[in-house]
Amino acid sequence: MKENQAIRQAKYVEAIGEALVQAMECDERVFVMGIGVDDPTGVFGSTRPAFKRFGKKRVFTIPLSENAITGVGIGAALSGLRPIMVHARNDFLLLTMDQLVNHAAKWSYMAGGRMKVPFTIRAIIGRGWGQGPQHSQSLQALFVHTPGLKVVMPATPYDAKGLLLASIGDDCPVIFIEHRRLYDTVGPVPEETYTVPLGKGAVRREGRDVTVVASSLMVLEALQASQLLQSDGIAAEVIDLRTLSPLDDELVFDSVRKTGRLVVADTGWETCGVAAEVSARVASNVFGSLKAPIRRVCLPNSPTPTCPSLEKEFYPGAEDIAAAVRTVVGRGKEPMRPRASARTQESWDKGFTGPF
Amino acid sequence: MMLLIRRTEEKIGELYPEQEMKCAVHLSIGEEASAVGVCAALRGDDVIYSTHRCHAHYLAKGGNLKRMVAELYGKAAGCCRGKGGSMHLADPEVGMMGSSAIVAGSIPLAVGSALAFSMKGNDRVAVALFGDGGAEQGSFTECLSFASLKSLPVIFVCENNLYATHTHISARQSKDNIHQRGEPYGVPGTQIDGNDVLAVYEAAFQAVERCRLGKGPSLLECRTYRWRGHVGPDYDYDLGYRSKQELEEWMRRCPILTYERSLVSAGICSQSDLDLIREEVDEEVARAVTFAKSSPEPEMDELLQDVY
Repeated sequence: MKENQAIRQAKYVEAIGEALVQAMECDERVFVMGIGVDDPTGVFGSTRPAFKRFGKKRVFTIPLSENAITGVGIGAALSGLRPIMVHARNDFLLLTMDQLVNHAAKWSYMAGGRMKVPFTIRAIIGRGWGQGPQHSQSLQALFVHTPGLKVVMPATPYDAKGLLLASIGDDCPVIFIEHRRLYDTVGPVPEETYTVPLGKGAVRREGRDVTVVASSLMVLEALQASQLLQSDGIAAEVIDLRTLSPLDDELVFDSVRKTGRLVVADTGWETCGVAAEVSARVASNVFGSLKAPIRRVCLPNSPTPTCPSLEKEFYPGAEDIAAAVRTVVGRGKEPMRPRASARTQESWDKGFTGPF
Repeated sequence: MMLLIRRTEEKIGELYPEQEMKCAVHLSIGEEASAVGVCAALRGDDVIYSTHRCHAHYLAKGGNLKRMVAELYGKAAGCCRGKGGSMHLADPEVGMMGSSAIVAGSIPLAVGSALAFSMKGNDRVAVALFGDGGAEQGSFTECLSFASLKSLPVIFVCENNLYATHTHISARQSKDNIHQRGEPYGVPGTQIDGNDVLAVYEAAFQAVERCRLGKGPSLLECRTYRWRGHVGPDYDYDLGYRSKQELEEWMRRCPILTYERSLVSAGICSQSDLDLIREEVDEEVARAVTFAKSSPEPEMDELLQDVY
């Protein structure tokens, strides 16, 4: 990222919107469909530029029939197009699980590799501001569990554009999960087209004492945690997975070989989640390098409460990651979850006013 | 073609007990006319999508018999390199775009191909083949709605053989009227004698023409009957969910014998011509079985290939 300091700054949502436009300019096979992609709000503004540029023929809304239309996307991909389907909330992907898991993920394999499904599915995680149990889930683990699906979770505006262009160019079905609370974050985004390769993570901050593996919004929390830990003299290395499937094992293993400690932070639930998978892979492959037990920082095992007081308590953040790190480096007691009132508020969280 | 399908499936039923064909086979003996009638109305570059009961569809669309039988035997020479098996036959070269074992699962995919043809502005046609059970799934209704909305060149072909697994349609559907299900969405429907290959061809031909003229989707309900059990080679009337008498009534309406009789009575061919064709078909089937049995298994490193 250092070499990009001088380049244009843009929001995460603008990076996504620009990626769609550029993908459609470069390749006439690309089109966008989804509920409300052509309405005046354009899925938080992310599809608006593409609709303005290309109109209803290539950016069109669909009936509220998510499962069938996912199958339509597969068929269109099999017949030479490169569809992008958009969901304003990833919770609606549950309606499409048959087509995603039974069909998109397996069609190429079942046909002995004679067909490909170049299909990108964008879905957004909601959070905070009363999104409630059915508008806030973080369901990436469901898709990572299925061979044949690639799963991408960009944390920065730069990656949002580069990973989306890579996903659209990929011949596999890709679940591209965006975080609503990242939409207004700003960062360097080159104006020209570029791709960030799928399956490659990034070291966001180097450190010698502990490896903190994160993705999506938790990368920001982990970076904030690393600042908090600096005053304790703890140097945390922060790894952004970027792509959860395929997972960049070697990047994680190399870091753990160096630091000997691991904390994994995920936006999803702990049980059978992405953090569990990363922990298991590290334990199975570089166990000898570990100087302390692995810790996970994930959602508590409950649906998301809607009321602000419990909602604030529900989400783990930088303080929780810092507490977990202090434990694994032997500087803290077995952590209680810090009370919400004790937590800091990051810039991405300030000024969010809803309604969604 | 109907005879080739029949003799192939009868041979599969005969060889299945050898335990060399290690995949679930769903035979469509008795239903040949709908597959052949529909596919005969299509061009080579049109596409079809099928279900777990897909042998007839694959062959009728021009699939390779040797590669199909090899697929059932799990061999590398199979049309899906042994990774799909009987329920997932696919061959994009002949427009057989794949087969889903999830009931109604492939209907949306056919609509997707039709969407692609429509967006590209060509006159190709996509066909979704499914059973009466598939008509019960929400995705069928969702697809009628979307295909009509976009006026897509897709034909919904329901092969209504009256049973889903072991359950009669009367226990599953309040009205036995699948061909009318498109009406609320503006999709015209026709019910056809699914054992009359010429009637199926005629209806399919009209639906194809409608698609090519940009007039949108059609729904065809082919009334037919599955002679053998839901899965495997047995007749299974002994299970008690259907009577032997019912089976025998439908066997008297055999689509192949009916068509052969009409050919002979119209003077198009003689009984000895038909006997000769039957001999040739049997030889072709035997060659395919020999090919499949003698073909090598896939290499072990193929296990993880084509996942991504």
